[in-house]
Amino acid sequence: MGEAALLGRYIRNCLRAQMLYPTAFLLRMTTQFTVTIVEFGGLYALFARFGHIRGWNFAEVALFYGVVSIAFSLCDMGARGFDMFGPQFVKTGDFDRVLLRPRSATVQLAGFEFGFTSIGRLAQGAVATAVALSLLPLVWTVAKAALLLWAIAGGFALFYGILILQGTLSFWTVESLEIVNAITYGGVEAAQYPLDIYAEWFRKFLIFVVPLGCTVYFPVAAILGKSAMTGLPEWLGVLSPAAGFVFLGVAFAAWGRGIAHYTSTGS
Amino acid sequence: MAEIALPYLSILRVRFQLMLQYRAAAFAGFATQCWWGVIKVMVLAAFYAGHPDQPITLAQAITYTWLGQGLLGLMPWNADPEVSEAVETGNIAYERLRPVDTHTLWLSRALAARVGTTTLRVFPMVLAAGVLPPLIGLGQWAWAPPPNAGAAALFAVSIALAALLSSTCVVLLNVAVAALKTRRAANIAATLVNPLSGMIVPLALMPHWLQGFLFWQPFAGIVDIPYRIYFANLTGAAAWEGIAAQSLWIAVFIMGGRIWLERVLARVDMQGS
Repeated sequence: MGEAALLGRYIRNCLRAQMLYPTAFLLRMTTQFTVTIVEFGGLYALFARFGHIRGWNFAEVALFYGVVSIAFSLCDMGARGFDMFGPQFVKTGDFDRVLLRPRSATVQLAGFEFGFTSIGRLAQGAVATAVALSLLPLVWTVAKAALLLWAIAGGFALFYGILILQGTLSFWTVESLEIVNAITYGGVEAAQYPLDIYAEWFRKFLIFVVPLGCTVYFPVAAILGKSAMTGLPEWLGVLSPAAGFVFLGVAFAAWGRGIAHYTSTGS
Repeated sequence: MAEIALPYLSILRVRFQLMLQYRAAAFAGFATQCWWGVIKVMVLAAFYAGHPDQPITLAQAITYTWLGQGLLGLMPWNADPEVSEAVETGNIAYERLRPVDTHTLWLSRALAARVGTTTLRVFPMVLAAGVLPPLIGLGQWAWAPPPNAGAAALFAVSIALAALLSSTCVVLLNVAVAALKTRRAANIAATLVNPLSGMIVPLALMPHWLQGFLFWQPFAGIVDIPYRIYFANLTGAAAWEGIAAQSLWIAVFIMGGRIWLERVLARVDMQGS
């Protein structure tokens, strides 16, 4: 069995396990959907009062919102193993067992747990995107649809990279680093809006350090035909989600260093 | 000699590391709240740039944001973890044996938890968002003090009521957990509490036609009413109306909670082993 098939089997197992308690599963998923959709309602309330935010209207911002929400929920679903790596694997010494198995440690962690309740946030992101698409007077082309998927993929890769880095740091700190939440959840919050509304230093942080700007802001602005607002030529905006994959590559390299450094905590 | 001391020294070292990690977690929580506040303040500033004439000014909305981050510990997001645990293990039956009134016990425990965590967290936030920014020339983004002594005094009354109101909500969640026998029963709380308290969007910025309802529904008393009293957006009669709304809901929640708790405990099932 190849690594991909193994991952597929992990996913099926997780789904089956969570479906053993269907009511609890549905309840958690619905709660996540309502909590996050209410936040989206808050965004609408702000636009109902203010009309626009530095020249961006509700439908446009809803598209940013939807893309980042979908990218994050997909990552939140699939990267639980890295998110909980410190307390679940390093602290307990369970990572020793993972390393003993004749399979890639990365695949085993990726398949450790699938948080299917994140479908709640995914649905919220889908609703936000649908609202945006129905309100926007856009002419849809295959190129634009592909760019939308490319932006979501880039965002997914970036968030996954952040969580892998969080896991990697646990090799040294043992505990999980909660501070990373400021970047993941805070990043979702920040990237819901076009970056040009923020102060210079914050925008630069979200473009050059944690490149959420590249994976969401530039491509979505290009879809909206408002690349001029970003100060970046459209073709560069189209390419920019690649930064998410570069970030993921760096994260994997660091992860490899972490595994090489690992000497078990023992008990 | 060194060999005899070795185990004690390593225990000392491990305890110390644990303590540091705990402090690191507290610091991480604090840093996240600051970060969150910074993002919200920038978003609000961008919205206000287009239409500055609003029921509350930008400076007030910024103070609102920092108050919210500093007083996050007051929010009734979940049932008392000890009660949830007791429901799931069956220890809930012991609550019947204690020679004290269960509702009052739960209420005082909820109040202690809220006040305890909040006082620990609010002072660093005052320093970081209230004292520091003016010193480095960012005064316009700061957590401003109340404009006058009257507002400060009314705020002291109102925030105390907010803590009590939030605690009565927690007791209601406790009872819900006991009634439905799962701690998930309390999960839905955030759905109601976050938008209706003003935690997501200050209630004054919500649509005009909703204002009457928003003011008199219970959760405004946890966030929106005390905060608006703080920056003197609610003054005089309006401030007292807010305090009346808080008191009203405290009375309703305590009475409702007592009746519901009596019913639930009258036929409590023991679970667990």
